Formats: sequence, C-alpha cells, structure tokens
Amino acid sequence: MTYRTPLLGLLAALPLALPAAAQELPQLRVAFSEDADVMDPTTGRAYVQRVALLNMCESLFDYNSKMQIVPRLALSYEWADPQTLVVKLRPNVSFNDGTPVDAAAVKYSIERHQTFTGSARRGDLGSLTAVEIVDPLTVRFKLKGPDVVFLSQLGVRAGVLVSPTASEAAGKDFGQRPVCAGPYRFLERVAQDRIVLEKVPNYWDGANYHFSRITFRPIADSTVRLANLRAGAIDINMSVPPTLADEVRKDPKLKLYTFDGIGYTGLTVNMGRNNTTPGPFGTDKRIRQAFDLAIDREAIVNVVFNGVHAANAYPVPATSPFFDATLPQPKRDVARAKALMAAAGVKLPFVVPLTVINNPEAVQVAEVMQSMVAEVGFELKLNTMEFVSTLNAADKGDYVGWTVGWTGRPDADGNLRDLLYTGAGTNYVGYKNPEFDTLLDQARSTADMAVRKAAYRKIYSLLRDDLPIIYLYSPRWNFGMAAKVEGFDPVADGMLRLGGVKFAR
Amino acid sequence: MRGHLGVRFAQVIPTLLLVSIMVFCLQQLMPGDPALVLAGEERDPEVLEQIRRELKLDQPLVFQYFYWIGNVLQGDLGFSWRIRQPVTELVATKLPVTLQLATMAFIIAVFIGVPMGVLSAVKKNTFWDYLANGIGLAGLSTPNFWLGIMLILLVSVHLGWLPPSGYVPLTEDWRQSLATTIMPAFVLGNAISAVLMRHTRSAMLTALQQDYVRTARAKGLSEHLVVIKHALRNALVPVVTLGALELGTLLSGAVLTEQVFSIPGFGKMIVDAVFNRDYPVVQGVVLVTATVYVMLNLVADVLYVMINPRLRGA
Repeated sequence: MTYRTPLLGLLAALPLALPAAAQELPQLRVAFSEDADVMDPTTGRAYVQRVALLNMCESLFDYNSKMQIVPRLALSYEWADPQTLVVKLRPNVSFNDGTPVDAAAVKYSIERHQTFTGSARRGDLGSLTAVEIVDPLTVRFKLKGPDVVFLSQLGVRAGVLVSPTASEAAGKDFGQRPVCAGPYRFLERVAQDRIVLEKVPNYWDGANYHFSRITFRPIADSTVRLANLRAGAIDINMSVPPTLADEVRKDPKLKLYTFDGIGYTGLTVNMGRNNTTPGPFGTDKRIRQAFDLAIDREAIVNVVFNGVHAANAYPVPATSPFFDATLPQPKRDVARAKALMAAAGVKLPFVVPLTVINNPEAVQVAEVMQSMVAEVGFELKLNTMEFVSTLNAADKGDYVGWTVGWTGRPDADGNLRDLLYTGAGTNYVGYKNPEFDTLLDQARSTADMAVRKAAYRKIYSLLRDDLPIIYLYSPRWNFGMAAKVEGFDPVADGMLRLGGVKFAR
Repeated sequence: MRGHLGVRFAQVIPTLLLVSIMVFCLQQLMPGDPALVLAGEERDPEVLEQIRRELKLDQPLVFQYFYWIGNVLQGDLGFSWRIRQPVTELVATKLPVTLQLATMAFIIAVFIGVPMGVLSAVKKNTFWDYLANGIGLAGLSTPNFWLGIMLILLVSVHLGWLPPSGYVPLTEDWRQSLATTIMPAFVLGNAISAVLMRHTRSAMLTALQQDYVRTARAKGLSEHLVVIKHALRNALVPVVTLGALELGTLLSGAVLTEQVFSIPGFGKMIVDAVFNRDYPVVQGVVLVTATVYVMLNLVADVLYVMINPRLRGA
C-alpha cells in the first residue's frame, strides 16, 4: 500500500535505498511481539531471536513441516552406535565472510556452545563428550551414553555454526555483528526498532530465497501489529492473538495460518522445589486429581482463546510424532472430584494459592479455572505478578501452583526431561520419581520409534496419575500475512522459514 | 543573576549523585534475579555462576555501585545485559528519537494550548471560552493509548495517509521522519496542550486584572497590544515553569505512546529494560534523563529572567 499525501507532502512509503542489484527482489517486512535479545546463537534465548537468526545462521539440521529432521549444513548422518553420531557436511559451503564450513568449524562452533560464558546451549549439549574431526567434511560426536535426542539438538540453536574467523575477531561482541552461514547476512540492528538482513549472493540454496532484504520489527501491541498488517506497513505478523484471528480471517487482503505448536501450558505444582516442604496440594495426589477433574479444558480454550488453542492433558501436542492418541483426554467430572476430596479428608474450602503471570490471557485462564474448581470446594487465590517475579518465586520454591507455558522442543524428551527429571535445573516442581527417570532414560536410548513411543505412553500414564504438572492446553500459532505472500509451509516450532516464500506476481 | 545561576548549576552535581544512588538502590528492590532472566530456560548452575561473575552480581552492592559510578564518571555507562550493546550507544541512538518526538509534541502543545488559553481568558464566559475549555477537558481526559490506536485505525488503516508505526531518522529522510512521528507527537501534544491551556487561561485572567494592564488600556494601547505585550508576557512565567516540567517528562520517554506507535525512544527502552532486569540500561537511561531534566530547569530559570526583567536584579 502506498500512503496518499493529504497535506504538507508528509508522505510516503519509503523503502530504504538499495544497491541496484538487490532491487530486483522485493523486501519482506515481518513484525513480532517483542524485541530480540543478543543476536548470538550461543547466548541468545528469546524465541524472536531465533526467528531472526534462522535465515542467516543455519544449523547442521532443520525440521520440515512434518517435524522430521532434515539436513541443512550437514549432508547426512549415521548412528555408528547409540553413543556415536557421525555427520557428513555439505561440500563447498562458506560462512558469509568466506570462511569454509568444514569439520574444524563444526568443532569450533559446538565447543563454543559448550564453553562460552553464559552459553544457553550448554544444557542442550549436556550429553556430548567430544567432537572429533574425521576428515575435512566429516565429524564424529561422542556422547556420554545412549542419547538419540542429541540429533534433535543439532536441528535447533545448538546446531548453529558460527564463522570461527568472525567469532575469534569479535569475542564477546559477536552478537553485535554475527557472521554465520545462511541465505541472508546480518545488516543492522537498532534496538527496539528493527533487525535487517540482506540476501547473500551465491549461497548454496540461494535460488530458493526470494527477498532482497528482511526487516524484523518488534511491535508490542497486538492491535497495532494487526493495524500495520492491514495498512500494508508489514507483510507478516507472526503473533495474531486468538481474539483477533477472526479479523484477519475475514479480511480479503489478508490470510491467516493457524497451526499446532510444540509446547504446552499447564499448572505446575510445587512438590518440594529447592527442598521446600509442600502443602497437601503438593503431597496428596488425590487433591490434584480432584482439581484435574474439576476443570474443563475445552471450555477454557473456547472461552479464553475462541477455540484457537487445543485442549490437551498431555505434555506433547496431538500433532507430535510422540503423541499417543489412544490415551484418553479427561472429561470434567465434579462428582468424582468431590469424592476424591472427601477421601483426602481436607477441610473445605481448600485454599490453593495460584501464581499467575500478569498477562490478560493467563489471568483469564486462571479466573475460568477458579470458578470451575470452586464447585468442588477449592478456593483458588490468584496471585498475579510479572513473569520475572513468578520465575524467581518458582526457582525458590516459593509457590503452590503456577500457571506457565513451555515453548516446547521437537522431541518429547525436551518437554519432559528439563522440567521433571530429578535434579534438572528447570524442574520447578521438585519432582523426584525414579520410575519416571528410568522410563525417560529408556526412551532416549534407542532410535526405534516404536520402542520410544511405548516408553512415552507409560510416562504419560504415570504423569496423568501423579499430576506434577496439570497440563491444560497446547498453544497454536497464528500467523497473519498479506494475501500476496505465498509458499509459506508452517512448521510446528513457530519459526519463519523463508525458503520458497515469495510475493505473488 | 550570575550568582543565582552559579548556585543552581552547583546543585546539579549532588542532585545527579542522589539520583544515581536512588536508582541503583530502588532497582535492587525489584523481585527477580537478573541471572535467572538472562539464563532463560538454561539452568546449569555453572552457567548461572558464570553470568553472575561476569556481571559482578556476586559482589557486594556497595562494590557494584562504585564500580558502576566509577565507569560512569569515565563516560562508560556499561553494556546492556540483554542485547550486549553499550548503553552509551543505545542512549545515543534513542536520545535523538526522544528529542525529536518531545520537541514536536511540545511545539504542537504550545501552538494549541497557549492561544487557546489566551482566547479563553480574553473571551471569558463566552462561547469561545466554553469551546476552549471543552477541548481542553477532552484532551485531558482522553487516554493516550486509546487516541493513538484510534488515529492509527483512522489515518493509517482507513485513509492510508500516514504510516501506522515505526520511525525513520530525520537525517535519513526528513519527510518520512515527519510522517512517522506526527501522529505520536500529536497524541502527546494533545494532553499537554490541555494542561498548558488551563494554566495560560488562569494566569491570563489574573494578569488582565492587574493595574499595569488597566494603565496600558488607559494609555490608549490597542487591545491586541495589551493582551500580547503586557498581559501574556507576565502570564507566561508560570507557563514556562510548567512547560519545562512537561518537556522534561516528555524527554523521560512517553512509554505508552512509544509502545503504541513502535517508536524506539527512551520510554520503550526503559520499559523493556525493567521487565528484563537489564539494570545498566535502567540506570543509564534514568541518569541521562535526570541530567536533561535538571538542565531544562536551569534553562527555565534563565527564561524567567528574560521574560520578566524584574527578576534580573534577584
């Protein structure tokens, strides 16, 4: 859309000046809901940082729309044994400063992820003991024990390669001018305003990328983000809230992509985090089971999210290859819930302080639950605070229940291990269950999907009985796009992969 | 007058020192460990320890304060923990944005507020007075975020006249820069114009009843000259004080307006920094803002004297 000047000549659709060669391709403008953190694949944590990074910092592997792992900078892989992964690299690929992508660069990058101060990838690579150079285009990863999940880590930020030359030159400041291998390179960043990427000539997969520049803009307000999309000031809005989804759907100039994510939102229960002594809600599973039976997940997603998200009592979404559709989704049963409360012998009303992040949707979910569980005799006391404060309280074990989401990992292990394995850093529950730990270890020790799925089935049943986390729903992504954008193939991790994406002629 | 200004200037240093201590201490009261925020979903104790060590969070608070203020005195405001950019660089990027927005908003406010206040006082208890008061009341009672969103929907989405959000520096393209900032400047200026209008009206009503005004009229001066040259000039002293305070507030960042229009100024930066416990950014921005605020008040002192010759001997 071009802005029509009414007065004073104050107008203008105004693309930045471009070199002549790059002007042959159009530019793409993308909005997300918050600003990215540091643009370093080793220390960056934010989802939006990964979105901006994805098309300029490729990993060894990636995921396709079926969440299958596919090679990118790698050409192929082979499990020599359950503790040894051999990866062959794509030949004749260079980082954007000309440094070759070879086995030495892989070793450098992965070891950087393991040792760099404040690395956020250390946990992802926890099972890795050594990276060995077999030949210039082959690397061998040696693991502490059988861990097939390791391969999935090489498909996210832990598998991103950085230019050793640029990294050594920049040191701690690498995030200010990251240099990786990818179809785009970093051009500029103005904090809170924009991150601009520019297309790289002669990239191995360059013909599949159809924009000269990508500009990412953080626009915090969802109404304003949508107004920008409707006004043509952006082409893609990566975060349309469920309440505004209908507006996008009804607008003929726009289109909406709604697709499953890989995470979950649930009620995390304190069962002894940080050696705290939990109350009856954390110690007596009958009370948690009563709570679980008192809530109606379908009603929650319909009331708060216009039915956009998927009610789900399990840690992985229905589209995950690790989901087990034969396991039942619980229905609300007030009579059974009351019976369980009676069996637990607690005095009614039974007070449950619930820590809630102070965003409108989280508060609404809590309020809907509050009215549902009141019928069974629970008095849900909402304690709303901003995210960082809830995180701090959870870390100390200073909470009873906490509604919070997990962004999710492609492998089911990533939605369970860090959160519930005994002693794991983000095990805010303080969960200690040797049977669960054993099953989880079994599930990662083999690449045989049938065996893995059987182990996860047992895990899900165990979690449904114990309820350390009362899973509520699986969030779905809502991407709004200008109608002219075509070729977008959604992937459940919510990334914006621009291969094949272009404007209709 | 020189002595007076000298004393005011000397007060700047302890004021800023006090501000630096206050902002440092107050942010320690915020719940939440910055290391936990920075670590994200990573909870390796060794990584948390590394972060605390690197950011000096493992040191006593007194050491942290002196380490920071020592660097500030050498012109180094530290670096943003979240995006790892020097705070001086961030301030240098945001200050022109905030200055431009504040200046435009202030000009809009003065051009609307002062004439309306004068008109309202001169035409007291007439249709014009009621109209000006009505507009002022509407300006005061309209929330900025609501007005901003409505303007975006009307002017950008439906009429397609102006870009809905974003910012282009004046040096890059002045027309586009004005196009991106005129709506947020109007939203900000609207509320301030109402305040200025009310104060100008009140000061003018008092001034118009003074003896020197009656004398001026008795001397046969035109009403135009009486109002502009005699009454308004005297009435402007309290208005200048208020204007300096309002401009100072604008410079500290218009959080909601910047958020609605995605203007990358001080307000947006400080809000993000607070939510992410990015202490060096909070400290740096507050200190720079306080400096600007104090300087503006100094400028206001100078302006009093220029407007009112009687103060020159003070």
